[in-house]
Amino acid sequence: MMATAHTTVDAAGLSWGPRALLRRLRTGDEIARLVTLFFALVVVLLTIMLVVQLWTNSAQARHRFGLSFFWGTTWDPVAGQFGALPFVYGTLVTSALGLLIAVPLGLGAAIFLAEMAPRRLSDNLTFLIDLLAAVPSVIYGLLGVFILVPLMRTEIQPALKTVFGFTPLFQGPAYGIGLLTAGLVLAVMIVPFIISVSREVLLAVPGDQREAALALGATRWEATWKAVVPYARTGIMGSVFLALARALGETMAVTMVVGNNPRISASLFSPGYSIAAVLANEFSEATGNLYLSALIELALVLFLLTFVLNGLARLLIVLTTSRGSGVPQA
Amino acid sequence: MSMRKLLVFALFAVLAAAPAWAQNINAAGATFPYPIYSKWFDEYHKAHPNVQINYQSIGSGGGIRQLLDKTVDFGASDGPMSDDQLKQAGFKILHFPTVLGAAVPSYNIAGVTSELKFTPEALAGIYLGTITKWNDPAIAGANPGVKLTAQDIVVLHRSDGSGTTYIWSDYLSKVSNDWKSKVGTNTSVNWPVGLGGKGNEGVAGLLKQTPNSIGYVELIYAIQNNLSYGSVKNAAGDFVKASLAGVSAAAAGAAKSMPDDFRVSITNAPGKGAYPISSFTWLLIPAQIQDAAKKSAIKDFLGWMLTSGQQDCEPLAYAKLPGEVVAKEEKAISMIQ
Repeated sequence: MMATAHTTVDAAGLSWGPRALLRRLRTGDEIARLVTLFFALVVVLLTIMLVVQLWTNSAQARHRFGLSFFWGTTWDPVAGQFGALPFVYGTLVTSALGLLIAVPLGLGAAIFLAEMAPRRLSDNLTFLIDLLAAVPSVIYGLLGVFILVPLMRTEIQPALKTVFGFTPLFQGPAYGIGLLTAGLVLAVMIVPFIISVSREVLLAVPGDQREAALALGATRWEATWKAVVPYARTGIMGSVFLALARALGETMAVTMVVGNNPRISASLFSPGYSIAAVLANEFSEATGNLYLSALIELALVLFLLTFVLNGLARLLIVLTTSRGSGVPQA
Repeated sequence: MSMRKLLVFALFAVLAAAPAWAQNINAAGATFPYPIYSKWFDEYHKAHPNVQINYQSIGSGGGIRQLLDKTVDFGASDGPMSDDQLKQAGFKILHFPTVLGAAVPSYNIAGVTSELKFTPEALAGIYLGTITKWNDPAIAGANPGVKLTAQDIVVLHRSDGSGTTYIWSDYLSKVSNDWKSKVGTNTSVNWPVGLGGKGNEGVAGLLKQTPNSIGYVELIYAIQNNLSYGSVKNAAGDFVKASLAGVSAAAAGAAKSMPDDFRVSITNAPGKGAYPISSFTWLLIPAQIQDAAKKSAIKDFLGWMLTSGQQDCEPLAYAKLPGEVVAKEEKAISMIQ
């Protein structure tokens, strides 16, 4: 690339200047760059507009409650008293439970499909799993209500109570619905995302990685677990965050099985409430400006929560990658 | 070529003529009366092909908001607008009751097949969380001969904001001072106890699955789905099982004390056969409508709704307005200027 006196070269190695620009316009590079730049900007713009809308429309509630909105535990539309903490708690607990169950399950299945299963079986199973990801959440909610809830009430919760009843996590009446059931339904919903993305990432690991480990005398499992999986770690983390985002924002399936009661209780059997669920439930019949404004501020809190969790996740990737495991930045 | 010209000309003629005969009216609001509203608007359109009323059942709150923003010609709500909301509107809004709804207590108790009777004290106590066992004297006292268990009551309520919750909480506010001061009346409230189900179907689903539970559902939903439900003691001291006639009787009982703006709660209404957990649902209509054609169409529709329209109520399981209220509303139509 020729750099003349009035041309500079930017980080991407593209030369800038009238003549260079004209040349690149002719070859179509510049057009492609502008079009894709525009598309990228649209996404940024949408996000900014979303935040601005949520911010301005929640003005009344923000002024009225200030920061106490975050730790207020009362949600009383009659008295006009609004606090977000029970909803934040319910959202975090159900999502965390979902991940806790779905990550080992999903990762295990992805490893089998990518490393051990014959290619034909792997492809067919992956097709089925992708189908699962496309099932509407209300279907998962219905299955939860009709199959999981009775099972939880009559079998699983009493069993958990007898074994782990000494911890505060598994106490109280077994209604069948509650935080634990919501976490289970979320786990079923997000596991296809983890399997599907993780499998692709594992398949993309270069064969040298595996062969080098085998050459050093590793068994097949050692090669997979110590050479292939760490190499794909960033991508696997990505699949987990995609799943987390889905869990945080899930509305229908959660509201059908969570019990919809804004209370904070240590027991996983107790009913709870999530931010997305309360928004869907109360938005349409919300009369009064303060009430509406408080609901919109809840949406802002959910946005913030997603933002913070994503930030933490990225930090985690950076920290674990630089700990000298020899894994290149993907 | 001339054929094409003719076609283009015809198209323009149709487009130009369209506004002259099609009167589009937009409305939005409550979901509870949506089945009958859509039947009314459809029948009215068949009888008056030049008037088309489009109704979006987005919920009472949304209906009120859209009316205040003037994005619809009229709204609909399961609860009357508050004084504050009316003041904030900046223009006069009239309430017109259309049909009646009611909420009924349904339950699922192992071994109990007979119909339970509920006193106001029992219902308030159960929903406040002060009555926790089925064999509590407040429940057992009204049901001699029924063997009630000593099990905990699982209380169920709606999780979504709804007119049914409005009626239920309005009734409990009337019969219990504790409820009035601690919880109050609204489309969603801060429930002292219980689990929330989304929609009538959500509450009914939880009821079916949870032993020893009690929940409230819309009367129409209970009738259409053959849910069993209990009777409730009314202001006259009789136990009344909800029926369309009982709901209309409650409205007739309240008609004597009906204010001129129709914003009235008829829960716990006087009268022997009156079912106490009943309520009107309203159309919210601006008192001033600029567009003369729109105004006459809306006024004509209201007149039609109060007469022919009421005949559609019973097949759809809505309770119709009592004659006293219809007469009063017919007079009020002239207030639309």
